[in-house]
Amino acid sequence: MQLGSAKQTVTLVAGDTWPQQRTGEATLGAQVYRANGCVACHTTQIRQDGIVCDVVITKPGKNPSAVSNLLATLKLSGLSKEQADEVAGKFTEAGASSETHIAASGPDIKAGWGVRRSVAADFLYDTPAQLGNLRVGPDLANIGARSVASLLMQRLYAPQSIVKGGAMPSYKFLFEVRKIGSVPSAEALNLPKEFAPADGYEVVPKPEAKQLVAYLLSLRADVPLYEAPFTPVAKP
Amino acid sequence: MNPAESNQVCDSKIDASCRVPLLVLFNGAALALVLGLLFSLIASLTFHNPEITAHCPFMTYGHTIAAANDLLVFGFAIPAALGVILWIFARLSQAELALPIVPFVAAHLWHLGVLVGTIGIFTGNSSGHQWLEYPRAAAALLGAAFVLIAISAFATFGLRKERELYPSHWFLLAALLVFPWIYSTAQLFVITNHPVRGVAQSVIGWWFANNLIFVWLALVGLGVAFYFLPKISNRPLHSRFYALFAFWTLILFGTWLGIPAGAPVPAWLPAVSQFAALLLIIPIITVIMIKVKSGGGVAGECGKYSYRFIDFGLGTFILSGWLAVAHAFPKVNVVTELTWFGAAQANLLIIGCATSILIGAIYYIVPRMMGNELPWKKFVGPELGLFILGVAVLVVTLVVAGVEQGKNTFDPAVAKKWLQISSVGYLLLLPTAFSLLVNLLVMTLKWKLGLVKTVIATVTAPLPNTEVKS
Repeated sequence: MQLGSAKQTVTLVAGDTWPQQRTGEATLGAQVYRANGCVACHTTQIRQDGIVCDVVITKPGKNPSAVSNLLATLKLSGLSKEQADEVAGKFTEAGASSETHIAASGPDIKAGWGVRRSVAADFLYDTPAQLGNLRVGPDLANIGARSVASLLMQRLYAPQSIVKGGAMPSYKFLFEVRKIGSVPSAEALNLPKEFAPADGYEVVPKPEAKQLVAYLLSLRADVPLYEAPFTPVAKP
Repeated sequence: MNPAESNQVCDSKIDASCRVPLLVLFNGAALALVLGLLFSLIASLTFHNPEITAHCPFMTYGHTIAAANDLLVFGFAIPAALGVILWIFARLSQAELALPIVPFVAAHLWHLGVLVGTIGIFTGNSSGHQWLEYPRAAAALLGAAFVLIAISAFATFGLRKERELYPSHWFLLAALLVFPWIYSTAQLFVITNHPVRGVAQSVIGWWFANNLIFVWLALVGLGVAFYFLPKISNRPLHSRFYALFAFWTLILFGTWLGIPAGAPVPAWLPAVSQFAALLLIIPIITVIMIKVKSGGGVAGECGKYSYRFIDFGLGTFILSGWLAVAHAFPKVNVVTELTWFGAAQANLLIIGCATSILIGAIYYIVPRMMGNELPWKKFVGPELGLFILGVAVLVVTLVVAGVEQGKNTFDPAVAKKWLQISSVGYLLLLPTAFSLLVNLLVMTLKWKLGLVKTVIATVTAPLPNTEVKS
């Protein structure tokens, strides 16, 4: 019953509420996702088998030689939480300040599908909750953080143009191929030559495609939570 | 008690009382089996050419595979099982089927429910939860139809002359009670306007899926097998105690399975699930002992192929049990979870175990019920061979695909060549399903023609002399 009465929680670093309600278009998109049976091939749950810690020196302090000695002898990355605490303690003794960076580990994380495990809170506002049971294609729990609208559109219209020989069928019926009017549509897909329509025609997404992409972009599991901590890495 | 010994009361009369409702149940089920396998085949063709159904918004892979799976379970397995249960209860009670009009009407309701549900899936009205895809209208029809048929089964059960229960009684009575419980629970918590929140939906969905695919089909499969195997081979079931033990341990441990190990839910849920899966060793070993000690009887010529179908189904149940136990180990499920391994397991239970046992039972029941030989009797032997080969190809390719996929950091592409081979499995299964349908339809047609002939003969018969005089 704890699960049934779960409430919004707070993210670790920024302190925002989590999860946030989807936008209207993304909420409609969740229904497009359900109606087309996307869940048959895509899960939205990332699993994790543990954490890996790195110790990072932030200030060398007043005893640089001792710190550089430690730096030369100690392993600073790929540590368990206990090892990281021990290493950090030694640096503190030497007068330096350090930070421990936490990263999730596991095959799903290694595959680049997410930065932390999915937790119950991520799905609080989902009806139906589409966790999925089988990965015919990649996991989508964090697709919003690793893709952009134009790529997702292209993937829906002509998946073979992105992954040649992939198993994903195209969802052409979510798009309209029409004659270019006086001005080309701003929404028209930018396709490679062999997948593009005939000259003078353009491919524009129907409302369902836009909703679906809005939903996919709203799928993010990229903020640290109490039950799934990690240190966000600033994007370059 | 050996069911073979209790034949003194007129069995043919009992069989005839089941004829009308059972034909409706079996004919619809056989049609659903053909369609289910056909849709499975179409879905698996996606792995040969992903664009094969891409032009059609109704035939997306997600629609086709969901409709196929539901047709196999809700379309075929459940109505076929209900028909077999009615017949077994009538025979065990040594009484004619009670309230035959009720299952006759309910069978039509059930098939209508499956039709509405399948159309619902293809038009994008699926609920999005596996095995619960059918929209609410269809689910209501299915629930009502099931309860009605169960009423007739219970009424027949109440007519029994021998008060002591035969082991099949426990399994089949439990199956009649379990389905309304799990189906109504899942519907009320997940498919209503106010479903439970977030992952609780998935937890209930997984619980339902396991209880339907593992527990319900196993209850039916074991109950039917424990009736037919001793009956056909003329060797008593060994033993009543083992069967009772298998029954309770299956109910006790089997019902907890189904929550995936890495699921984003509180950790105790998957932990309980895995522990229960480990304990499944107990009922599985018991079933193996029953199979070994009751087997080896000589099946007479009349039920030879039925015996082999059912025996094969019992074997695949044991194999699927071992797969479930293996999946309980963290080292295994870290590889196999969320891969094709799960699909292999489901196929093993639905097609290998339940479908095989039910086809065997139908082939035993129908000739007796209709007082007529199967029209395609000579093909049953080759069909059995193809069926076994089909199940083997399907399950082996899917298991290998799952393991390959899991070992390669879930790179979905590595599974593709195995999935392409798995299409062959569906091709091999189709002749059996098609022949079941033809056998049933031809027999129904012959029977209906016979009825019409009788009516015509009665109407056109010359009046007896006595009436002419007056």
